[in-house]
Amino acid sequence: MMEVVRVPPFERFYEEHQRAVLTQLRRMLGRDAADDAFQETFLRALRAYATLEHGRHLRAWVLTIARNVALDALRRDRLSSAEVPDLESIDEPLPYEELNRLTAQLPQKERAAVFLRYGYDLSYEDIGAALGSSSEAARQATSSGVRRLRRKEQQ
Amino acid sequence: MTVSPELDRRFRDAAAAEGLLDVAYDLVDTPVGRLLVAVTDHGVCEISYDPDLVREEKHLARTFGARVLRSPKPTDDARRQLDEYFAGKRRDFNLAVDLRPAREFGRAVLEELGRVPYGELTTYGSLAARAGRPRAARAVGTVMNRNPVPIVLPCHRVVGSSGALTGYAGGLDRKRLLLELEGALPAA
Repeated sequence: MMEVVRVPPFERFYEEHQRAVLTQLRRMLGRDAADDAFQETFLRALRAYATLEHGRHLRAWVLTIARNVALDALRRDRLSSAEVPDLESIDEPLPYEELNRLTAQLPQKERAAVFLRYGYDLSYEDIGAALGSSSEAARQATSSGVRRLRRKEQQ
Repeated sequence: MTVSPELDRRFRDAAAAEGLLDVAYDLVDTPVGRLLVAVTDHGVCEISYDPDLVREEKHLARTFGARVLRSPKPTDDARRQLDEYFAGKRRDFNLAVDLRPAREFGRAVLEELGRVPYGELTTYGSLAARAGRPRAARAVGTVMNRNPVPIVLPCHRVVGSSGALTGYAGGLDRKRLLLELEGALPAA
């Protein structure tokens, strides 16, 4: 049986991952916009934190949230998401290599939703909280991502 | 890449302001050393001497939930009242206390303890009697030893039936110092 990794107190989680989050956000947004996105990232993480079932892969989890916060900011600024570096350019190792490879071609939001649903076993409500959308939108993004994967598989 | 103190502080304030924390804590420097002061929505839930942060955070997370964050604002009221107490300007704390984790007898004892007036001494036996179990002086000693919020709930005012200071979770020196501050013991 796999040992259950306890979710650490939020303070430890925040201390451990804040630099990696800020690094990623600055790379995506530049210095000034990164500061706002930093706060929003950890607030989203905090909103979903109570429902995490285990403490594994928390770095990848928070970097996924950071990425989505940054994408939202870029969209708001009407910048093309084509300029956004790909997940692979993140210097942290991602868990679930298989999931990573499989979902590489999905649109950003769907990919994040599929990752959080199948990589982290989060509920749609938590995924919505992490991505800053409703649970219904999270459910739709996940199932649309899965449908896209199935279609690709059948081709 | 380090997070600037301003950015860090902004997040810690926002987390508390949005009501997202199970526990907010901060460190408070006092004449009896550095204290960890932790609060929940229900009130002050922990005051510890010589805090080992990693251990305290784990304990708070297990007891109240994992969203434990160092965030000064929610502890401001407790900090101010502690400052006033140590400056000799406050005799009673006007703070809600979160005793949800305490069991029935322990809670009854802690509630009685909160009624022991500033500068007065009482005994374990007398506190046991007031909590409805006159023969439970020893159990009261255990409750005092585990008092989650010392100073605010004044277990330093509880002594042995002979008048001996007996024990204190923060050490007898601190017990003596608090009683001297309150004028319950002659200053050394």
